[in-house]
Amino acid sequence: MANEFDLIIVGAGPAGMSAAYTAAKNKAKVLLLDEQPYAGGQIFRNIESQVNGESIYGDEYETGKALINRLGTQGISLEFRASVWRIDEARNVLWSRDEVSHISTARHVLLTGGAQERPMLFPGWTLPGVMPVGAAQILMKSSGLLPRDAVLVGSGPLLYWVAVQLIRAGAPPKALVDTQTPAMYLKALKHLPQALPAMVTLLKGVRYLQEIRAAKIKRFSRSSDFAVTETDHNELCLSFKSKGFAQQITAPIILTHHGIIPATNLARSAGVKHEWNEQQQCIQPVVDGWGQTNISGLHIAGDSAGIGGAEVAQASGQLAALNILCLSSYISKLERDTASRKAFTKRRRAMSIRAFLDVAYTPLAELQLPSNETIVCRCEEVTAGEIRRSVEQGADGPRQVKTTVRAGMGPCQGRLCDPTVRTILASCQVPTSLPNARSPVKPVKLGELAALSNSTFHNHD
Amino acid sequence: MSTASRFKARPSTNHFISLTIDGQSVLAKPGDSVAAAMLAYSGDAMRHTVKGSPRAAYCMMGVCFDCLVEVDGYPNTQACMVQVKEGMVIRRQQGLRKLKKEPTGGE
Ligand code: FES
Repeated sequence: MANEFDLIIVGAGPAGMSAAYTAAKNKAKVLLLDEQPYAGGQIFRNIESQVNGESIYGDEYETGKALINRLGTQGISLEFRASVWRIDEARNVLWSRDEVSHISTARHVLLTGGAQERPMLFPGWTLPGVMPVGAAQILMKSSGLLPRDAVLVGSGPLLYWVAVQLIRAGAPPKALVDTQTPAMYLKALKHLPQALPAMVTLLKGVRYLQEIRAAKIKRFSRSSDFAVTETDHNELCLSFKSKGFAQQITAPIILTHHGIIPATNLARSAGVKHEWNEQQQCIQPVVDGWGQTNISGLHIAGDSAGIGGAEVAQASGQLAALNILCLSSYISKLERDTASRKAFTKRRRAMSIRAFLDVAYTPLAELQLPSNETIVCRCEEVTAGEIRRSVEQGADGPRQVKTTVRAGMGPCQGRLCDPTVRTILASCQVPTSLPNARSPVKPVKLGELAALSNSTFHNHD
Repeated sequence: MSTASRFKARPSTNHFISLTIDGQSVLAKPGDSVAAAMLAYSGDAMRHTVKGSPRAAYCMMGVCFDCLVEVDGYPNTQACMVQVKEGMVIRRQQGLRKLKKEPTGGE
């Protein structure tokens, strides 16, 4: 069957958008798929309809708008609300919208699925009103919903950035409960000189912290031992320790943040090799400098190839597209190398801050190894205690844990619990191999599959 | 008793979409996901698990599946991934729902 496209890109965030533009500008035929109703990814979500976008979101706003405008370039086909559930060996991309499945084919596929939040686990994290900060940001950007008197818990650049956005939007958080310790900062200091090329980003971070201080947001540092319970009025009561002292604070909504991790399900189900990133405590695909994976014709760029942030993602998307253009003979090797120089420099500069950030905001061990009563698998309601017990009873790997206590067997397919199950097993000295993922990576209705197999491959709507 | 929304009331506009949540008329904004509309309306749970624990939308990006509700008769719909439409009938779910795609009938 003939390929309809030169390149299919899955994910219209900064990496996907810059790749689409680079490829189309060089005459390639591109199909860009995204699950959302509009382009932008999580960072530039719904950016075009933001009121006062610039004053709240800063320069993110302009960058995002420019990237979105360039999607009008000839040669880019856009499909939104398209959720990709399988990529097979022949690089058929199977996606579904409104319960109808479609197949698109190309010689090259680029995955730019971005990241998801690392879930922050403590007793009560499953209660209504406890959400990751990223979720609050989505509600703010796509629906103009601002959390009422939110308590922000955790640490990391995104936590402070959201605090600043809330202050600017007129919904200042009630408190910021920070897990940071001075020791973590001290340890990170030695990576500071190396981060100098990313000085602008560093200074931005300092300014955010000043803005939070100026807004007189109540701040607790060195916090640990979190638990949330529901009050009689369906508010949430967060109890914790700060600098060793017991504290309590009540609020309608609690927003957590504990770093982000690459979204890897689709890549893993397509057979891409992955590895464990010790510093960032997450698994990520093995890719070369261009984003090429072990599967020929399959590249990965942006946060789903390893957390780097929007600037890195933009550069990586461009680099992957240039390599794909070269592999498809749209440009020569020399042209690829010349065109990529700037992007490599840009990426190196943006990446230079990573070592500092990774050490300054290492995920806390306590949050990685939850107490026995804490739910680990939300879907099947499996606690950390049940997982530990299954190990005592002889489960000798993630798969056995899955089958005995059903952790990771629910509809989210382990996206939320897998990292925690792994850390718990490792702490019990159980060896864990890297997890496989199976397709469909999104639930697909049986009727949809039947309709798909009845239709010919060429039959599109 | 219903719980007040955990989000601030939004400025009212002339553009809205009317739908029902468990039979109650609710006004949503164009572009809202079903989950956003439900969160703007009330701070209550969006579903209860098999063991009876309350849950609401968590990730808002299609990852966690904690926002499963019944939309126009279709159970187990990810509320954060579907946009509101005029006249939509939304119901909260109790426990496990039949996975079969089978409208269960609205009002
Ligand atoms: S809120 Fe997580 S899937 Fe909808």
